[in-house]
Amino acid sequence: MNLPNTYFGSAPPGLCVRNMQLGWESKILVENLSFDAAPRSWTCLLGESGVGKSTLLRTIAGLVKAIPEGVFEGSDDAPVEGRIAYMAQQDLLLPWLSATSNVALGARLRGEKPDLAKVAELLARTGISDRAMAKPGEMSGGERQRVALARTLMEERPIVLMDEPFSALDAITRTQLQDLAFELLCDCTVVMVTHDPFEALRLGTAIHIVRGGDNAGHVSLFPPGKALRDPTDPDLRDAYHAIMDALSQRRDTNSEYRAASR
Amino acid sequence: MKFLRPALVFGGILVIWHVAVSIFDIAPFILPGPISVITVAIARADILLGHAGITLAEILLGLLFGTFLGATSALVMAYFRQARSWLLPVLVISQAIPVFALAPVLVLWFGYGIVPKVAMATLIIYFPVTAAFYDGLRRTETGWIDLAQTMGASKAAVLLQIRIPAALPAFASGLRVAAAVAPIGAVVGEWVGSSAGLGYYMLLMNGRVQTAAMFAALFVLAIMSVCIYFAIDAALRRLITWQPDGDPAFR
Repeated sequence: MNLPNTYFGSAPPGLCVRNMQLGWESKILVENLSFDAAPRSWTCLLGESGVGKSTLLRTIAGLVKAIPEGVFEGSDDAPVEGRIAYMAQQDLLLPWLSATSNVALGARLRGEKPDLAKVAELLARTGISDRAMAKPGEMSGGERQRVALARTLMEERPIVLMDEPFSALDAITRTQLQDLAFELLCDCTVVMVTHDPFEALRLGTAIHIVRGGDNAGHVSLFPPGKALRDPTDPDLRDAYHAIMDALSQRRDTNSEYRAASR
Repeated sequence: MKFLRPALVFGGILVIWHVAVSIFDIAPFILPGPISVITVAIARADILLGHAGITLAEILLGLLFGTFLGATSALVMAYFRQARSWLLPVLVISQAIPVFALAPVLVLWFGYGIVPKVAMATLIIYFPVTAAFYDGLRRTETGWIDLAQTMGASKAAVLLQIRIPAALPAFASGLRVAAAVAPIGAVVGEWVGSSAGLGYYMLLMNGRVQTAAMFAALFVLAIMSVCIYFAIDAALRRLITWQPDGDPAFR
């Protein structure tokens, strides 16, 4: 059976974000945010709370209207509508449905017949086959987020938007789920909002630090080596400091940081 | 233990009642003692049960219609934005006019039979059911709706598969209130004009100064109302298992 990571055959489209404005109609916090999310990689958005990162994701997902002028499209110049899966900080599992039914939610909502064999396969790959019939209330936070991951994979969308998907988990579970998500989403274009510099360094091929205020704009970082990285690697220390500098506004806006390749 | 404490409280009230009636030597037509009430209740059991059956039918039919109307109104208001501004005033007015004031009109229109009582019970529970269910439908976790939207779900699918199930616990709260107040509607209807039912029987016995029989009818009514409430509560608990139950004493 063809499973998500072989589903696309060809490369997934990247995501081009051009001149997006973050904030509200009445108060623009960040202007002209542009970046590319490369296909088959993770692009991490870091930044202080309230700068509009989540709104940016919601805009790309088509949940809120873009403030005029913002443009986003697939790198194949086609609109992204219908090619996006969305994963939020809360697992958003429906408490009255079993894990299996939650994974099959998309098909149920579209009135299609869910592919139960594929649901079982995805539950196995996310390591929760034994909880297939459990209700969310009977599962731990880690198990619930695994179900949410399986539900995201079930949609087979090439672009996956994640809004702090692991932030509510304890450190060990978080690392496990990062590994799992990275493995299972390796053929997708992932854009993830996070508050955790280590998470960004672990997963991100590109890291964009978005900030509002007087130095509004963003700083792009391309940490050395390939993801998954070990965030305690001494090689990443400079990148970590660069992130912290950017977050605390000590680094110039719209600059780029590239580690010297070693 | 679960039934011991309520039983003790109930028994204690009976004892205090009995003692008070004996000590203060209250005339039986003002306040009959519990023993004479129970004696009358047993002696007239078939009459009482006959009237109770009619009142029960009125309450259950009222619950059925009121719940159906209330649920429909709430769904219409949740689904059609325009319907909200039309239906909300109706909803508020239905609660602002006391049912007691409407009772004579309803009897005038629908006669002395079961219909005006069912209408009263329906009217009295319409508001709590509609308000609770509508509130539940409005407060769907926005993340769920966002998720459904990215999955390409239609508005109807979101309502059917997400908003309605999510609102069921709130709907259940409305139903519990309805179960508790529906008997009021039925009995008020019987008081205003009827030829059968526990309310009718109480008025009749009141007129004949048969206070013990009146209390017996009241007693049957109370037991019936409590049973209806707990039956509905138990059914809802069984059906809606994901409902957050905050009070550990009731787990």
